[in-house]
Amino acid sequence: MITFVKRPEPSKIWTIATPILAVVLTMILGGLLFAAMGKDPVAAIRTIFWDPLFNEQFAGYSRPQLLVKAGPLILIAIGLSLGFKAGIWNIGAEGQYIMGALTGAAVGLALYPLDAWWIFPLMVIAGAFGGFLWAMIPALLKTKFNTNEILVSLMLVYVAEQILASAALGFLRNPEGNGFPGSRNLSQIPAMSNPELITGTGAHWGVVAAFASVVAAYVLINKHMLGFQIRLTGESPRAARFAGVKDKLLVVFCLGTAGALAGLAGLFEVTGPAGQISIDFGAGYGFTAIIVAFLGRLNPIGILLAGLLLALTFIGGELAQFMLGLPSAAIQVFQGMLLMILLAMDILVNYRVMIVKKESA
Amino acid sequence: MTELLKVVGLTREYPGVRANDDVSFSIGTGEVHALLGENGAGKSTLVKMIYGLEKPDAGTMQLHGSSYAPQNPQAARAAGVAMVFQHFSLFEALNVAENVALGMENPPKMRELAASIREVSENYGLPLDPDRIVGDLSAGERQRVEIIRCLLQDPKLLIMDEPTSVLTPQEVEILFKTLRKLQSEGTSILYISHKLEEIRALCDGATILRLGKVVGECDPKVTTARSMAEMMVGQTLHVPSREGGETGNVLLEVKGLDFAPANPFGTKLKNVSLTLRAGEVLGIGGVAGNGQDELLSVLSGEARTGKGAVMFEGQDVSHLGPNARRKIGILAAPEERLGHAAAPNMSLTENAALTATIRKKLSKNNFLNWKKTEDFAREIIKAFDVRTPGPGSAARSLSGGNLQKFVIGREVLQEPKILVVNQPTWGVDASAAADIRQALLDLAARGAGLVVISQDLDELMEISDHFAALNEGTLTAPRPAKGLTVDEIGLMMGGAHDMEVAEL
Amino acid sequence: MDFGGINPVILLASLMVASTPILLAALGEMVTEKSGVLNLGVEGMMITGAVCGFIAAVETGSPTLGFVAAALGGMALSMLFAILTQIFLTTQVPAGLALTLMGLGLASLLGQNYVGIKPPSLPDLHVPLLQDIPFLGPILFQHDAVVYLSLLSVVAIWAFLKFTRAGLVLRAVGENHAAAHALGYKVKLVRFAAIGFGGAMAGLGGAYISLVRVPQWTDGITAGIGWIALAIVVFASWRAGRVLIGAYLFGGITVLQLNLQAAGAKVPVELLSMSPFLATILVLVVISARRHGASNAPAMLGRIFHSS
Repeated sequence: MITFVKRPEPSKIWTIATPILAVVLTMILGGLLFAAMGKDPVAAIRTIFWDPLFNEQFAGYSRPQLLVKAGPLILIAIGLSLGFKAGIWNIGAEGQYIMGALTGAAVGLALYPLDAWWIFPLMVIAGAFGGFLWAMIPALLKTKFNTNEILVSLMLVYVAEQILASAALGFLRNPEGNGFPGSRNLSQIPAMSNPELITGTGAHWGVVAAFASVVAAYVLINKHMLGFQIRLTGESPRAARFAGVKDKLLVVFCLGTAGALAGLAGLFEVTGPAGQISIDFGAGYGFTAIIVAFLGRLNPIGILLAGLLLALTFIGGELAQFMLGLPSAAIQVFQGMLLMILLAMDILVNYRVMIVKKESA
Repeated sequence: MTELLKVVGLTREYPGVRANDDVSFSIGTGEVHALLGENGAGKSTLVKMIYGLEKPDAGTMQLHGSSYAPQNPQAARAAGVAMVFQHFSLFEALNVAENVALGMENPPKMRELAASIREVSENYGLPLDPDRIVGDLSAGERQRVEIIRCLLQDPKLLIMDEPTSVLTPQEVEILFKTLRKLQSEGTSILYISHKLEEIRALCDGATILRLGKVVGECDPKVTTARSMAEMMVGQTLHVPSREGGETGNVLLEVKGLDFAPANPFGTKLKNVSLTLRAGEVLGIGGVAGNGQDELLSVLSGEARTGKGAVMFEGQDVSHLGPNARRKIGILAAPEERLGHAAAPNMSLTENAALTATIRKKLSKNNFLNWKKTEDFAREIIKAFDVRTPGPGSAARSLSGGNLQKFVIGREVLQEPKILVVNQPTWGVDASAAADIRQALLDLAARGAGLVVISQDLDELMEISDHFAALNEGTLTAPRPAKGLTVDEIGLMMGGAHDMEVAEL
Repeated sequence: MDFGGINPVILLASLMVASTPILLAALGEMVTEKSGVLNLGVEGMMITGAVCGFIAAVETGSPTLGFVAAALGGMALSMLFAILTQIFLTTQVPAGLALTLMGLGLASLLGQNYVGIKPPSLPDLHVPLLQDIPFLGPILFQHDAVVYLSLLSVVAIWAFLKFTRAGLVLRAVGENHAAAHALGYKVKLVRFAAIGFGGAMAGLGGAYISLVRVPQWTDGITAGIGWIALAIVVFASWRAGRVLIGAYLFGGITVLQLNLQAAGAKVPVELLSMSPFLATILVLVVISARRHGASNAPAMLGRIFHSS
């Protein structure tokens, strides 16, 4: 019989090895899933993970998409990881992402057709602020009334989606849009657009912000007192209180930062790749970022890599849909599977697998 | 006396440690047999095997002369073996009757069960109300629930794991009367303890364990406590000696402090007052769960109290948090090492940063200096002889005693003006405990004031200048420790909670 | 008897229909949580049940078999959660999230060929005599069997937890798993069973949405009801009777806002659509503010058990 015996301390090797192993295992199991659906598993895996980057025919279009998709995922996941480390479960990043985009876009559109250099920076600030405020709802309810932040932040996603619909159909609708839903196209208004900075890379300001957030989070977690307190709170809340950590402040900081970063991601998306506020603006980045955060082991560098990988599955998934007729839901299952396998393998970090001859009670 | 249980050559190995090594002993019918040993000697593992919670790797057991190998606790109970745990296996949110029912194979209907709980508990002098929620009971009453749960099944062998650690001296007397009555009815008792005087008072035979092996057997009624202690520890003990010295100015003053903890099952502190002078050791005794954690938290700053309740050198510090208090020299070491005093998965370096960043100046502009922190961790490890591969090791990889040395060392080396410690030597082997007590006395000799909260009365008598006791959140007026008798201490601790010894 | 275009009899009767999926899912989750396990994957299990039930009902033509398949589907998905949390000792919050993400994807994948199909309908049970009571008859006594089954399970679960030995053991495991283990109870087995029951109930709730309430298959058909069910367990302080009240309260809000939308009330549609979620937040705040730290939550909720 196989049993797990707790290690005296967490294994450093397995901390790094488990995500890699999880990806490999998910490819194998995912391949089996694709085979069960009547697709050639090898071709499917190659189409998802190889062709977007290295196939001459597609790479030209796909490669820049990698950063376009990875940018928001990384930005949001970095924010989420701070809270997850401290045991603060913000699962409503999708709502904060939408609200950031709405607030930023609303500020910009209110100034239309003014053309000034400061409009875009102002929108960026407004976007971050919108996400921040949306996250402050669960944060303040948690600190004031001890209300469960998991449920509140999640409920607010549905609320944000309704506000988004109402904006696309009503208060932000393009007055010159012949009655079609959706706002003006911000990416085509010079003062409000978030363009590709280096042609052919897909890198826009959101990608820059994502990289900056990785560096900032790395420094915060490893060098700064606040980062230490975040880790300490996650490890042992009581020891953290003994160490003088102000837990309410931490809730506000973690949720606020996550909200602001998700808001930023939304703003950069709506002014760049998405271009406008539309009913289907929320594309699930806020939920996929949860997978990114865990796959990256809540470590900034890990999140950077995990964000790129998940972005690849999105792009590769689209390609596989186009080339092989693989349904988009299959990619969703694939991503869910990846998270589950990763979580299951986590046990190797803290436990040693032992094979014992007889059963122990 | 016929033989009830015979254990031959029991061996149980865990990864990296042989908890029991070829252990053999036997218990007669109606015998009270002591299992004596230090923490980590293998007592718990041994009784877990007898109770069916663990299976031996080698060795056999016989009950009533026939082979006995319980697959699980149910089987053990069916064979007539019952156990009262040290850390109670009770369910706080459930009532007494439900708790009792959970420990029985085929419990009767709740109403009948409640009636028999009343009857048996009265009969053995341990009155209990079956409808009360266990979370609201005192530690002594909770133990009764455990005992009644066992008695209702008419056990042939009753295992008791450190039963007196949660009782006042008067409650211990009641328990002993109950146990003697059981013995007179032919029940055998396996009594686990490291308290020698208790064993001498109660037990007919004793088996002594050290590092998983049987190192001796004796008749405790005719063996001296000293020779039993030497068998148990295996070496001569270093007894701390106070260097003496006058006590100085008033450092800490607590006046009429009332405090209600956030935890609903916590203990309210009521009108607590105390004075602590430089160089003084104030020992605070009391049964666990009478407000020890709460008292430490209001002194450390983890919990805030009303204005003017806690004064330090004449200044009101009631509103200050833990770090502000550390800054002015008030340090604390809580009882729970893993998860309160230290974070289990973090390295010793990180755990050094847990409390020492301010006094040891380990950070600048809120950025931590890890090099300096690691140096401090090394200093603690060296000065307090902490056995560990190095400061990079996780706190949870250390043994209880070594981690305790690290935690105490971390605070002592910051040269506090006041140090508050709760259970400084709990679960620590005798020689390490002596080292810790010496370090505390040395600190006091250098002019610090110490509040030592402990459930070990011998320890408190050894190091305290003054002694006070916590009883249901109230602190008795401190008295000079010298010359206090056990009876006086017992009364300070609250005597027997709520009830008289019933007629037996 | 119309008020602003809303017929109160139809409103109240449809309230019971709207409440049933929430009630089923919340009851299941309550039992799971009573054993000390927090499964945040209710939404995923519900939608898996919804799609399994839909497919089985369409393929066999039997709604009953549909509900059986839904319970099995929900339970099968919940077993993934059980394996993760009980065997691989995964933290329960991310495991539950993973389950929801997985369930949503899986349901979408399985259901892609069933969009736009009409499932066989579940007949209403007309309770003789009682159904003829004016006003109350049509509201209470002309529903399908699942509605009555859900009400029956409120009583059954209450009695199970309060009076049976197995219920006592389940509560004990949720209160103190170490003590339950020390007494020889199989903590993980009890939790596997409780998680599986929660999954089956969520699956039934999901199928009720796709087979009765809507009735057809669309992606994301559960639309957050699983999350509301989770909130209702908190609202109900882990008591079966109060789960019923909570579920009907939210069913009421849902039906009312739908009716207001249909009646063309002068309130923005989006505001009406978000009202159940806003109400949930409000209720959570009131409950958590009132309780002052002390709560009726099982003491081991969300904690990992490993016997060593």
